[in-house]
Amino acid sequence: MKIVIIDYGAGNIQSIKFALERLGYSAVLSDDPKIIKAADKVIFPGVGEASSAMKKLREHRLENLIAELTQPVLGICLGMQLMCNYSEEGNTRGLGIFDVDVVKFTDELKVPQIGWNQIRELKTPLFRDIPENGFIYLVHSYYAPLCGETIAVTDYGIPYSSAVQKDNFWGVQFHPEKSSTLGERILKNFITL
Amino acid sequence: MLTKRIIPCLDIKDGRTVKGINFVGLRDAGDPVELAARYAREGADELVFLDISATEEKRKTLAELVRRVAERVNIPFTVGGGISSVEDVSLLLHNGADKISVNSSAVKNPGLIDELVAKFGSQCIVVAIDAKQVDGLWKVHLVGGKVPTDLDLYEWAVEVEKRGAGEILFTSMDHDGTKNGFANEALARLSDTVNIPIIASGGAGNMEHFLHTFQEGKADAALAASVFHFQEIGLRALKEYLRDQKIPVRL
Repeated sequence: MKIVIIDYGAGNIQSIKFALERLGYSAVLSDDPKIIKAADKVIFPGVGEASSAMKKLREHRLENLIAELTQPVLGICLGMQLMCNYSEEGNTRGLGIFDVDVVKFTDELKVPQIGWNQIRELKTPLFRDIPENGFIYLVHSYYAPLCGETIAVTDYGIPYSSAVQKDNFWGVQFHPEKSSTLGERILKNFITL
Repeated sequence: MLTKRIIPCLDIKDGRTVKGINFVGLRDAGDPVELAARYAREGADELVFLDISATEEKRKTLAELVRRVAERVNIPFTVGGGISSVEDVSLLLHNGADKISVNSSAVKNPGLIDELVAKFGSQCIVVAIDAKQVDGLWKVHLVGGKVPTDLDLYEWAVEVEKRGAGEILFTSMDHDGTKNGFANEALARLSDTVNIPIIASGGAGNMEHFLHTFQEGKADAALAASVFHFQEIGLRALKEYLRDQKIPVRL
């Protein structure tokens, strides 16, 4: 099992690597297209601001590669948002994998949303044996609204997509690597897809 | 529903856990990694590590500790204490810290907040504010509460938010170590003043104090140290109590 975490300078990638190690898997951090293409599973992390993360992707010449991958790919947090059509954050185009535009939470809520919330209406094997309304950890100011590709719903003022899926691409808004044992089970589900 | 967070705080000196009573007189409360793993298992929502050592070796020792914690612990954690540069933050995040907190260094150089936010994103930048009342007004204090400033708590909070901090960790020096409850009046006003999450700190002595800081203090999270370290309050019992009082918690 070759797991590659895309290392493009945007994200707390050590945490994902450590979480996989706790599950008994080792992962390679890389920005090398050859290594990424040869992986069995690809994890696309990301924290920070959307337009600067897109800029970093371009600098690493990874902008086109990700959408062309054919093995299972998991975008986490900003990684998931960058896989969408567009983000209001920094007014940036995304990779166009998920057909949804990322927008900001209303000011009537505390923004960013930080902490443990719940996931419901779970679909696809990514959530195999994961209970409805289980708790996951999130930190974000922008979100993907509900769409045809939604596979998990979270409520913060409004219901929104806390996970999306299309073909071989999965995206989660929450941090499975920081979501205690439930998050580790979701990561394990992805690795064993 | 977004839940209220319970955050044990581990004060670290030379790689060991300590807890100051009113920031004076330190007692040893164990190995940080063991303690962190235990808290994570028992249901802590996050952890904060506050490094109070001031040795030359500090940066390296802290980075090693952060790495050991990140390897073991499957919940988010924040690291603070003497962080004053992009390089400090980069080293800690690279070793697996989820968030970092800045305190005195941000007061001395507010531009540091903008710089850190631009480089690492709001989500991992917590600004810790220590304050106490001077002639009835809340004033920001530096260096673990020892050095008073003229800076008003609420004005500073607004500026911190404007500069892009993701969260505020507010410690009342009037309440810290007293075990008489959190500074709920000031906390509620803070919560009404800014739109980013507020972590309440200082004064936890019993379970009701946590309830009150969520209800009256409008806090998004509550932080405490000694009540957890000396097992005066169990995390699970605390969260069950809060749930029974209709506070949303992760159980």
